[in-house]
Amino acid sequence: MKPNARSLLGTEQLSVPEIEAILKLARRMDPKSAPQLLRGKRVVLLFYEPSTRTRTSFEFAAKALGATTTLITNTSSSIEKGESLIDTGWTVTSLGADVIVMRHPNSGAPYLLSRFIPVPVINAGDGLHEHPSQALLDALTITNHKKTLKGLRVVIVGDVFHSRVARANAHLLSKCGAEVIFCGPPDLVPDLSATIAPAVIACHDLDAALQDADVVMSLRIQKERLAGRQISLEGYISRFQITPQRMKLAKPDAIVMHPGPIVRGLELANEVADGPQSCVHEQVANGVKTRMAILATVLKAAQ
Amino acid sequence: MKPKSKTDQNTLLIAGGRVIDPSSGIDRDMDVLLLDGRVAELAAPGVLKASARETLDAKGCIVAPGFIDLHVHLREPGQSHKETIATGTAAGAAGGFTAVCAMPNTSPVNDSVEITRWMQAPEREAVVRLFPIAAATVGSQGEKLTNFAALRKAGAVAVSDDGKPILDDDLMRDALRTAAKLKIAVVQHAEDSRVTAGCSMNLGPTSFRLGLRGMPNSAESDIVRRDIALAKQTGAHIHVAHISTAEAMEAVRQAKKAGIRATAEVTPHHFTLIDENIGEYDTHYKMNPPLRSLADRQAMITGIADGTIDAIATDHAPHAFHEKQVEFERAAMGIIGLETALPIATTVLYHHFKLPMWRIVELLSSGPARIFGLDGLGTLAPGAHADVTIFDPEKKWTYDASQSRSKSRNTPYDGWSFTGKIAATIVAGKIVYKG
Repeated sequence: MKPNARSLLGTEQLSVPEIEAILKLARRMDPKSAPQLLRGKRVVLLFYEPSTRTRTSFEFAAKALGATTTLITNTSSSIEKGESLIDTGWTVTSLGADVIVMRHPNSGAPYLLSRFIPVPVINAGDGLHEHPSQALLDALTITNHKKTLKGLRVVIVGDVFHSRVARANAHLLSKCGAEVIFCGPPDLVPDLSATIAPAVIACHDLDAALQDADVVMSLRIQKERLAGRQISLEGYISRFQITPQRMKLAKPDAIVMHPGPIVRGLELANEVADGPQSCVHEQVANGVKTRMAILATVLKAAQ
Repeated sequence: MKPKSKTDQNTLLIAGGRVIDPSSGIDRDMDVLLLDGRVAELAAPGVLKASARETLDAKGCIVAPGFIDLHVHLREPGQSHKETIATGTAAGAAGGFTAVCAMPNTSPVNDSVEITRWMQAPEREAVVRLFPIAAATVGSQGEKLTNFAALRKAGAVAVSDDGKPILDDDLMRDALRTAAKLKIAVVQHAEDSRVTAGCSMNLGPTSFRLGLRGMPNSAESDIVRRDIALAKQTGAHIHVAHISTAEAMEAVRQAKKAGIRATAEVTPHHFTLIDENIGEYDTHYKMNPPLRSLADRQAMITGIADGTIDAIATDHAPHAFHEKQVEFERAAMGIIGLETALPIATTVLYHHFKLPMWRIVELLSSGPARIFGLDGLGTLAPGAHADVTIFDPEKKWTYDASQSRSKSRNTPYDGWSFTGKIAATIVAGKIVYKG
């Protein structure tokens, strides 16, 4: 059984032309005046985990293209009563869903769903594994500031081990010819992380990693995940917080990104988060455009 | 009692095959005569022809002592939606196994004389010999030892808390001491579960890429080393269940050199598959211990070749569809394996890695018999139980899981092509399976 070919399960499976096509379409998307490409289509948002920006972003994207959306969460549905993922998928399909956008705490859950049900599945984040729409919106943001991804030095700082954003970005950026440097303490950036794709490096020294960086992408740190680790919260801040001083090591035109939500005072100094190099608000705005392009691409392929 | 003649109803002649009996060093074309549930005689081809009532043609086949599987989960009592003793032993017969040893992680746990006897009762309709392995601690809770002597007397051949490793040093030492007095092995599922909580596969590049928490090799090898040290201290027999890492293999190798009574079994999947085969979260590749790296798999082959490994055991672990076709991290661990063990061994070990056929037969018969002290089994010496496995090492075929005699279908090998197939399985002189 092969996963449903029309689904978007991860950036790992995307080809460079597929990535470029989605980005090209995303650039043309305007949420305020979009063609009604998805009129009459039913988009089901199946969220097994809390989410603000991804869920809202997909919802706005679907509605902007004329689709109707329904939100199903694990706490307000049969999922709570113990229904299996496959059964829930069939129920939603039988109700008439044209596409399922799923967020799930278990890595690989979208693969399972797409193996068993006939409608396309869009992975809106699965466990520690992938978050392809985030990587695509990040690529859109980067290419708004840089001519091409090819040859860029992208530093991804923080809790790489627990980050589906890091994995999705590493696959996409590596395919598109960028150099990726994962940076953080060894507990959170294991040496194994460098094996994920070609041209990925693991580094435990932020100052070294930031040298000549074109893009600095900070990841969220969950304080509870530092518990029991070798590094303390204070230690993390002093060694890995992105500060204005550290940003001087990067290229002068480097941009700063963060998938959100930002934990103020931890990953990014306020001067950086709110400074001129920060693209965090642009990322959120690009999220809607990118997800419009993803929905249009997936549903067009499904026709 | 009137002596029975060799021409009465209870004779079976296995003619025209190549007999491999590692226990007596035989590897040549011979006919085998079975009489009254025992091996009566081995002779040059044709000599015994006139004396038997029934003849089984074994031309082109290997005639081996009945295979013994030291590690199966038959799910009875309590989980008969996955398997029963009747269906599990039928799968065993189809896989050439004339005896299987059933792990105690049933529901309730087999920690009592009553359950041990219940499993062996004729009402269970076992197709092949069934030897229970009793729990080492009450309820496999890792707190209080069970009554080894009573369980032994009731038919248990070893003790184990399989799936729930005994981590406490003092308790493990006590278990080994008590077992040593009874001359039985303590079987350990070696896993430091304190470091593997939340893990669903092997730690390595694949686990990082898939975003799954991984079990390090050290979680196995640390416990194996600890157990070997305790076996040395107590003079007991430690048997390492389903060994999977290069480090644990080396520990067993060194223990044997040092004269410590340590034995080890390996599963067909650990010498065949690796963690990368999980592909896109295929739960048919989820088991515990997990599939390891290519280097570990190579270490399994080396351990088989150099004698460190004592037995091939399947860890046959049936699960229903709804327990496997769920999110990878939530899926049950384990695969069925009785029907595919010999074909994998011939395909991988004999045809691919060119290991000698007698070694494969040894690992499936005399090797396991020695580990659990199963007298009269795993050998074709005259007087032994008439348990015989006949297989064609060259026969090409394709495995169809839907035809399995097991109640469950959780196997990664559905649709695989093998070279080597069971032709017949004989228990106590009776043919229980014919391929």
